[in-house]
Amino acid sequence: MMNFKLISSSLVALCVFFMAPASAAVKIGMVTTLTTKAGYLGEDIRDGFNLAIEQGGGKLGGIEVELMVEDDGRKPGKGREIAERYIKSDKVKIMTGIVFSNVAMAVVPKVVKDDVFYISPNAGPSALAGKRCHQNYFNAAWQNDNLHEVMGKYVSDAGFKSAYILAPNYPAGKDALAGFKRFYTGNIAGEVYTKLGQSDYAAELANLRAAKPDAVFFFLPGGMGINFLKQYAQAGLNDSIPVFGPAFSFDARLLKAVGDAAVGVINGSQWNHDLDNPANQTFVAAFQQKYGRMPTLYASQGYDTANLIGSALQATGGKPENMTAFRAALQKAEFDSVRGNFRLGNNHHPVQDIYVREVVKDASGIYNKTVQKVFTNHADAYAAECKL
Amino acid sequence: MLLFIEQVLNGLQLGFMLFLLSAGLTLVFGVMNLINLAHGSFYMVGAYVAATVMLATGSFTLALLLALLSAALCGLLVEIIVLRHLYQRDHLDQVLATFGLILFFNETTRMIWGRQPLFMDVPEAFAGSVEILPGVPYPLYRLLIIGIGLLVAGGLYLLISHTRLGMRIRAGASNRSMVAALGVNIRWLYSLVFALGALLAGFAGVMAAPVFAVESGMGESILILTFVVIVIGGIGSVKGALLGALLVGLVDTLGRAFLPDLLQWLFATPTANSIAASLASMAIYLLMAVILAFKPRGLFPA
Repeated sequence: MMNFKLISSSLVALCVFFMAPASAAVKIGMVTTLTTKAGYLGEDIRDGFNLAIEQGGGKLGGIEVELMVEDDGRKPGKGREIAERYIKSDKVKIMTGIVFSNVAMAVVPKVVKDDVFYISPNAGPSALAGKRCHQNYFNAAWQNDNLHEVMGKYVSDAGFKSAYILAPNYPAGKDALAGFKRFYTGNIAGEVYTKLGQSDYAAELANLRAAKPDAVFFFLPGGMGINFLKQYAQAGLNDSIPVFGPAFSFDARLLKAVGDAAVGVINGSQWNHDLDNPANQTFVAAFQQKYGRMPTLYASQGYDTANLIGSALQATGGKPENMTAFRAALQKAEFDSVRGNFRLGNNHHPVQDIYVREVVKDASGIYNKTVQKVFTNHADAYAAECKL
Repeated sequence: MLLFIEQVLNGLQLGFMLFLLSAGLTLVFGVMNLINLAHGSFYMVGAYVAATVMLATGSFTLALLLALLSAALCGLLVEIIVLRHLYQRDHLDQVLATFGLILFFNETTRMIWGRQPLFMDVPEAFAGSVEILPGVPYPLYRLLIIGIGLLVAGGLYLLISHTRLGMRIRAGASNRSMVAALGVNIRWLYSLVFALGALLAGFAGVMAAPVFAVESGMGESILILTFVVIVIGGIGSVKGALLGALLVGLVDTLGRAFLPDLLQWLFATPTANSIAASLASMAIYLLMAVILAFKPRGLFPA
C-alpha cells in the first residue's frame, strides 16, 4: 500500500515536473487553411511564422512560445469550432492564421469579444477595418482593397485610357473591383463578374477582344487566375492588350503553374523578395534555406505577424493577459518588418508602402521584379469609419 | 456577327470537352446502373500524368499515351477493388463509396505532386491561332478539341452500334442476367466498360491540361456540369450525352457572353451586370429544368 502511494505520488511529481516548462510557454493558436486547393496559402503562412520562432530559438521577442496549428478546410464553421476549442480548453490568449475573409468574418468578431487578441496574417475584410473594428483585432497584412487600389492608381498613371475589369461574383470580387475603381480615373470598358470557380474563360475573352480596351485588370484568385492567364495568352491577347492584377495570381508558386503566359504582367504587392532592407534579405535567405523554395507574400506576412506578436511579448514580459499593455505594444509595432516602412493606423490596419512588380523570365526561372513604389504610407479607405 | 460566330465556336468547344467526360459516365450508368461520383478523378489523373510526362520528356504523344493508359488502369483497379462489390447495393451506398474515392484521389495527388498546381504547355504543333474568318482569330488548340470530340463521337457510334462488343454492351444494359445466361462473361464486360469510361475521362483531362489549371480537385468543378449533361441527354444514352453536352456548352457560353448586353436594354448597367452574372450561372440549370419538365427522362431515354 505504501509502495503504491509512493509510486503514484512520484508519478504526479514527474508529471508536474515535465508539464511545468510547457505551461510556461505562451500559447498561440493558429487557425489556417492547409487543405483544399488553397492549402498552400496556409502552408506558407505557417512556415513563415515557424521560421521566425526558429530564428528566436523557440522564442518570440525572447519569450518562449508554443504554436498550435489546425486546418479550417476553408470552412467558416470549422474555423469557429477550432477557435472555441483554443479559447476554452487551451486557454489561448493570442490567435492568428486565417486565410480567407469569409472564415475571418465567422471567427474574429467572436474571438475578440472573448478578450483574445487576433492578429491577421492575411484576410482583411472591409467590415473589420471600418465600423466593426475592435480593440483586440490587429491586421499585419493589408486591408483587402489595398492591392487592387494600387493597380487602379498605376494603370491610370501609366496612361491607359480604358480598362476592362473582371472578378468572380462574390463579396471579395466586388470589393476588388470597387478598390480598383476607387483609384482608376480612366474609362471602364467593361465590368464582368464571372462564376466562382469557373475554369473556361473563352466567352469572356471573346467579348473582351471585341470591347477593344487599352488594359485589362482581373482578380481571379488561385486556379481561376491560372486558367484565365493561360487562355488569355493562347487567344493571342497578351501581345495586344496588357494585363494587370493584384499579387494573388502572381506569387512564386502560382507562377510556376502559369509559365510564360504570365511574363510581362504588372502586379501590385506590399512585398517582394527583392525589397532592399536587411530584415527582408535575412528572411528570404533563411526561408529558402529551410524550405527549399522561394517565399510567397503569404510567407512574408506570416513571418511579420510572428515578429509583431514577438515585439508585444517582449514589451510585456510575455503577458498577453495584461491586455492594455499588450494592446499598446502591438499598436507600436516595434519590429523590423520585411516590408521596411510599416506601422499600424488608428484602426489597427497597416499604413505601408505598396509597390508594383513585373513578372520577368531569365535563366533562373520566372519571378517578380519590383518596378516602382506607387503608394507611400498608404492607409485603407475605411479607417475613418473606425472609432478607436 | 463575327463575335457571335466566335462565341458559338467557344460553346461547341466546351460542349465537346464535356462530351468526352459525360460519354463515359453515361455508359457506366446505363450499362452498369452505377452512380460514379469519382469520374472526375480519372479526368484529374489524366491531366496530372500528361503534365508530368510532358514536363519530363517534352513529347505530347507520349504524354497522351501514358495518360490514357494510367486513367484506364486506375479505372480498372477501382472497378475490381471497390465498385464490383456495390452493383447489388442501392445508389446511396454507391454515392458514399465513390465520394470517398474522390477524397482518396485528391489526397493522393497532393501527396505525390504537392499542393502546387502543375504546368503544361500547349503542344508546339497546335500553339497559336488561325483566322477562321477574316478578323476572327481562333486558338488552334481549341479547334483541335472540337475535332477530337467529333472523332470520339464517331468512334463510339461505330463501337456501340457496329461491333460485337457494342452489341454485348447494349445487351448488358437491357438485361444483365439474360446476357450472363447466354454465356457472356458479364464481369469482364463491366470492367471493360468502366475502363473505357475512365479512359475517355482521362482523355478529357489530357485535352484540358494545357488550357486549365492542373490541380488537385480539378475534377469536381467539371463533374457537376457532366451530371447536368447526362441528365439532360437521358441517362445511359451516348447520343443524348453528345446532344446534351453541346446544348450545355452553347447555353453556358452564350449566356455568359450575351446576357449582360441583352439586360442592358432593360436595366441600368450595374444592375444589369450583377443580374447577368447570376442568370448566366443559372442558365444551364434552367435549361435542365425546362427539358425535364417536357421530357422527364431526358432527350433520349435509354
